[in-house]
Amino acid sequence: MDPQQPEPVSYLCGDCGAENTLKPGDVIQCRECGYRILYKKRTRRIVQYEAR
Amino acid sequence: MPKKGTKSSKGTGSEPKEQERRQKKLPEHLELQRTRVVCKFDGPVNTEGFQYGGAFSAMGIDNSVSVDKFCKDFKVEIKRLTEDDVEFDMIGIDASVANAFRRILIAEVPTMAIEKVLIADNSSVIADEVLAHRLGLIPLDADPRLFEYISENDAPNERNTIVYKLHVSCKKGSPRLTVKSGDLEWLPEGSQLPLASPAQSRDKKKTYTSFSQSQKDILEKPLGVKLKDITIARLGPGQAIELEVHAVKGIGKVHAKWSPVATAWYRMLPEVVLSEEFKGDDAEELVKKCPVNVFDIEDLGNGEKRAFVAKPRACTLCRQCVTGPSGEHVHLRRVRDHFIFTIESTGALPPETLFTEAVRILEEKCERVISELS
Repeated sequence: MDPQQPEPVSYLCGDCGAENTLKPGDVIQCRECGYRILYKKRTRRIVQYEAR
Repeated sequence: MPKKGTKSSKGTGSEPKEQERRQKKLPEHLELQRTRVVCKFDGPVNTEGFQYGGAFSAMGIDNSVSVDKFCKDFKVEIKRLTEDDVEFDMIGIDASVANAFRRILIAEVPTMAIEKVLIADNSSVIADEVLAHRLGLIPLDADPRLFEYISENDAPNERNTIVYKLHVSCKKGSPRLTVKSGDLEWLPEGSQLPLASPAQSRDKKKTYTSFSQSQKDILEKPLGVKLKDITIARLGPGQAIELEVHAVKGIGKVHAKWSPVATAWYRMLPEVVLSEEFKGDDAEELVKKCPVNVFDIEDLGNGEKRAFVAKPRACTLCRQCVTGPSGEHVHLRRVRDHFIFTIESTGALPPETLFTEAVRILEEKCERVISELS
C-alpha cells in the first residue's frame, strides 16, 4: 500500500450505528449524531478457528 | 389355584439333583455364586465370580472359557429398536467384552464432525471461538464410512471433507433472529472462499478446498445436519454471521464431538426372588415399597392376595424392598452374563449399525494382536 495516500477507513458510530469514513487528521465525531466514540469495523479477512 | 409358588419351589428342589447326576451340575449355592451377583442391603456380594477355569475341577466340572461354549450359549435379543435408539440383551458374554463394546462405541467408532471454521464475518454477541465450538458439536447427517481420514498434510478434497456455509443476517429494524443448525447449507462443490494469496491464479480462483468433482456425484443422498432446530446463535438487528465450516472424519477419543452415541450403556439383568410368600397386608406393603413397580398382586381366589415379581427388568436396584424386617425374604440378584445394552445414536448411523461397527473394530484389534504375536 502506498504510504503517501492513506486509505480512508470506515468506522461505526457507538451511538447511532451509522457508518463514518475518516481520514488521518479528521475530527473523531459521528457525522449523523455528533457522538464522539467510533468503533473500528471487524476485518473481512477470513479467520480460521478449530471447532474444539 | 393352590399355592403355585410352593409347588414350583418344590419342583426346583428335586429337579437339579436329578440333573446333577446326569450333567454334573454345580450344587445350587455354588451355581448361584457363579452366575449371579447378589445385592444385599449394604452392598453387592460376590461380584467377582469364578474366573479360574479349573475352579471346580475337583468336582469334575469344567469352568473354562471356550469358543464352542460361547457359540452355543451366546444370544442377542433386540427388545426395542427405533430410529436412533436400540435396547438389546446380550446373553452369555463376559463383562469385559461387553464393556469393550461400550468403550469402542463411545470413543472409537468414527463419525463426521465440523473441525475447521472459517469466519469471514461475525458481528453477533457470541465470540468467534465459542461459535466455532458450538458448530463443532452439531451432529451431521453424513455416513462416515463413505469418507476417509484426513491427515495433517492432506489437501482437503471431496473424499475427506464436507463443506457447509452459514450466511445469515438480521436486517436493521427487524426483530431478533435465531440462527438454527438448519441454516447450514451444504456445498457439494467445496469451499467458496478464495484463498488469500499474493499471486493471482490463472484460471480458477484458489479456495480452501481442492475438490476434483462434486460430492453430489459420489454420494447417493444430499448431506445436511441431523437436527435442524439446534440454536447456534441469536442475531440482533444489523448483525450478521458469514462463515464456512469444514467437517472431517474422526473418533471420539480425540474429541467428544466425534462420538457417534449420545449414550451407550449396559446393566446386568436384575433378578428378584421372593423366598417366602407375601400375603395380605405384607403384599400390599411390598408393592408400595417399590418405586418402579417391580411387584404386583395376584388374587388367589378366596379373597387372599399374594405378591409376585411382575417386572424384574424394571428394577433399578434401589434396595427399598430389602430394607425393613421383611427384607430378608426378598433377594435381589443380577445375572452375571446377561447384559441389557442401550445405545442412543446421535444420528449419523442407525444404532444397530453402530453396534456392528463396534464389533468390527474389536475384531480388527484382535486381528492386530494376533498378527503381532505370530
